[in-house]
Amino acid sequence: MAVIADTPVLYVRTAPAEQLLPPPASSGLIGWLRANLFSSFGNTVLTLACAALILWAVPPLLRFLFIDAVWSGSDREVCLASSAHLEPGACWAFVRVWLSYFVYGFYPIPGRWRVDVFFAALAFGIGWLAWLSAPRRDLGAVYFFIVLPVLSVVLLYGFPAIGLPTVPTNLWGGVLVTIVVATVGIVASLPIGILLALGRRSELPAVRWLAIGFIEFVRGVPLITVLFMASVMLPLFVPQRLEPDKLLRALIGVAVFASAYTAEVVRGGLAAVPRGQYEAARALALTYWPTMGLVILPQALRVTLPNIVNTFIGLFKDTTLVFVVGIFDFLRTIEAARGDPKWATPVTATTGYAFAALFYFIFCYGMSRYARSVEARLSRSDRR
Amino acid sequence: MAMRTPNDFAARNSPAEIAVEVAGLHKWYGEFHVLRDINLAVARGERIVICGPSGGGKSTLLRCINRLEDWQRGRVVVDGIELTDDPRQILAVRRNVGMVFQQFNLFPHLTVLENCTLAPIWVRRMPKKQAEELAMRFLARVKIPEQAQKYPARLSGGQQQRVAIARALCMNPNIMLFDEPTSALDPEMVKEVLDTMVELAADGITMLVVTHEMGFARQVADRVIFMADGQIIEINAPKQFFESPQHERTRLFLQQVLH
Repeated sequence: MAVIADTPVLYVRTAPAEQLLPPPASSGLIGWLRANLFSSFGNTVLTLACAALILWAVPPLLRFLFIDAVWSGSDREVCLASSAHLEPGACWAFVRVWLSYFVYGFYPIPGRWRVDVFFAALAFGIGWLAWLSAPRRDLGAVYFFIVLPVLSVVLLYGFPAIGLPTVPTNLWGGVLVTIVVATVGIVASLPIGILLALGRRSELPAVRWLAIGFIEFVRGVPLITVLFMASVMLPLFVPQRLEPDKLLRALIGVAVFASAYTAEVVRGGLAAVPRGQYEAARALALTYWPTMGLVILPQALRVTLPNIVNTFIGLFKDTTLVFVVGIFDFLRTIEAARGDPKWATPVTATTGYAFAALFYFIFCYGMSRYARSVEARLSRSDRR
Repeated sequence: MAMRTPNDFAARNSPAEIAVEVAGLHKWYGEFHVLRDINLAVARGERIVICGPSGGGKSTLLRCINRLEDWQRGRVVVDGIELTDDPRQILAVRRNVGMVFQQFNLFPHLTVLENCTLAPIWVRRMPKKQAEELAMRFLARVKIPEQAQKYPARLSGGQQQRVAIARALCMNPNIMLFDEPTSALDPEMVKEVLDTMVELAADGITMLVVTHEMGFARQVADRVIFMADGQIIEINAPKQFFESPQHERTRLFLQQVLH
């Protein structure tokens, strides 16, 4: 115990303690490996198991998707096993031939530029709002929430008076339908969900009970049921000529469903805002809506952003369920195309599903990355 | 500063000279009788310090004055406006009453400047530029104009509390309520906030301050109120309050806080 014996009882520092570099084993590549991958026996086992899993799964996948893949051709012959090609990989030729069907469904070919313009207009709007330091984001919001919906209906559904012939929605399909359903669901569910969440915390009993009833009812019913109700039950009650469009019914069903989930997520965020924030706003004589809109919601939405995006990702994938009411979304067009006898090969279905997986992954991962970057930016700008 | 005695205030007779009037106020939290028959009149320009043991109802009383709390019996009149259930009356009072909280309660998602301009813009309908000039003036007064573009989390506790004071002043209030403004601060930051409050007091604004800072009470208060168990135990001028407290409970309390 010499060290302790040497420690003085009373002490005044005369020179500052030197600042030293960390010992070599705790930094650099070796230090990183040790800290992150091999820090204990359990972690070493896990690291090795994961490495084995990657080695087992990834090379065959790359082989199938790229190395052995068939990229072009006009019918099934190119994708069948032959002496030159013993084990054919993904039949991308099939996807290439059917691509326009996957994107537009049965949308009439002369009018497909309208869909392209819609995609471009939508991408422009999303970009404007998603780029946080873009100029005039207030105009961007007006464009996205007011101009774009009107423009979209005129473009996609048609407006004969200005020379755009009507295209009934049963001809729509593929990516177009998936994007329309997902966008309408997301754009409608956010404001409705926020209103429902505020309603659920309202001091007015009538508003509160209505909001609770709506949320709990919708959350207690599967989306498929909501869609079936909309498409099968509604026509029994409404005369045929008043019957709303099938796609419109599905859109309403999806929006209603997503709103209830968003409402619960937002409610969690509202509960996370400290009481002092409400009190400070009230003490400054702010009334209910400015308090909510300027003080509480910005903080609540910030906290819940990851959960909101999570809900949206779920919704984006749930849009595939509209096929049960006979709407040809993206996945359904792949289902339909893989039955084409001209392309009947052992790998056609696998290729189609791989393509679908890629499509959904790009969109969902994109949303997820975007949310992460916004989170990082927000936590940089105002660390609590 | 001319020394005023409680009698000067007791002698006032014009109701326009009364900033806050509390009469027969009772409040219960469930079964708990948190305020018991509070009667108090505060003159315009008067500085009141409220002290007493925790749980004695000091903060609750203060929060009744801008109706952050409601009550079951009694009346509160602020600036000639009676606080009732009518939201218009409540807003009218809050527009003229600034409040500073123990936990600062700055809006973390807004910059210091935006914290200060929010209410002038949205409540007073002031143009943004004018509100910003006003805010900069008050930020300069609390001696942190250079922090205007920062977010509250980047500031020390003392700076945050001074921003909170500036934010309240931007509404140009007639009355300021301070609810233990230095209790959440690190010891080395208490002084900068107290100095700001002393300067404010010199301007003649009506102040009601709940605090344990007895030095501040001695220096600034016109009257000191001692509260315990939901009742006002003693109201006295600071000199008498500290040197010859009248009530047994007051003496006991002062022994404990003034070591």
